[in-house]
Amino acid sequence: MNQSVFRLTLPILFGYLPLGMAFGVLFATQLEYPWWVAPVMGVVIYAGAGQILAVSLLAANAGLLEVFVAMFVLNARHLFYGLSLLGQFRGSGWRKLYLIFGLTDETYSLLTSRPRGTDRPHEQEIDFRITGFNQCYWVIGCALGALLGNNVVFDSTGIEFALVALFIVLTIEQFKALGDSFPIWTGAAAAGIAMLFLPPAHQLIGAIAIVTGALLVQYRRLRTTARSEEARHD
Amino acid sequence: MTENSYLVAFIAVAAIATFATRVIPFLFFERHTEHPLIKHLGRYLPAAVMALLATVFLQRSASWSASVPGLDALLPGILVVIIHLWRRNALLSIAAGTASYMVIQQSGILTG
Repeated sequence: MNQSVFRLTLPILFGYLPLGMAFGVLFATQLEYPWWVAPVMGVVIYAGAGQILAVSLLAANAGLLEVFVAMFVLNARHLFYGLSLLGQFRGSGWRKLYLIFGLTDETYSLLTSRPRGTDRPHEQEIDFRITGFNQCYWVIGCALGALLGNNVVFDSTGIEFALVALFIVLTIEQFKALGDSFPIWTGAAAAGIAMLFLPPAHQLIGAIAIVTGALLVQYRRLRTTARSEEARHD
Repeated sequence: MTENSYLVAFIAVAAIATFATRVIPFLFFERHTEHPLIKHLGRYLPAAVMALLATVFLQRSASWSASVPGLDALLPGILVVIIHLWRRNALLSIAAGTASYMVIQQSGILTG
């Protein structure tokens, strides 16, 4: 079973090692903490973009409430991953907690797109191992990067752009999967409004609030048109 | 707060916030998965959030006092889009964009 899980997770290995290393190098070059803190963050936090953001929050000595809000908002997309896995994880017993904990973008994409058989406990065991393998790659990447950043003279100025590039790539992927550019333009416009009118610390949460409001309006409009369509057919 | 207790508290808070985003649907929506509003948000919100994160962080990585304001981040950003539309390999797109941004920042060609 482990061999087929390894084959399934191979693309994640190639993604997580360098991305984890980017975080590790960033961590070691920007902060004065011991190198092993980087893999520890990979074990207990386990969020790519979140950990890269955490480096700048640590460097800025951010307040703990600010840290909570920033991490929650940045990872808020995870709120919607669970919605499509409620049934799939049902009845997985003690494994369920770890399946939920390890629900990153990449693990989510593997768990929701791989072919499944009818043997539920067996499939959940595979899901469990996929999650575990992926986190191992991530933690190893974090450790390698932090060691490398500490021991190799390397000008890492600008490496944090990896996060921006990641968001651009994920936006394109979302657009391709959705086939609808409305949320993309709404998101960018909300960011623009928030950046114009709010101080940096409140821009993310402000933009998310604007976007959610816009989506609620869109939802109501779609419902009203659907209802009047129905009425016309009656 | 000492440096070490701040670090421990920081990691704990970051871990709790991240885990909260993953566990909340399982705690609160187990019974509402079929609600049309939940489905609507589940469908559109991720794309909107991704676009707003890209916009906000792109703006923050730009230098606005340069001769051509913002170009130092905009060029690598456009490169990411082009390479990703061309090869659709996330790692390649991210590596190319990051490398070009690092070259621009370290050489100071566009930021001076």
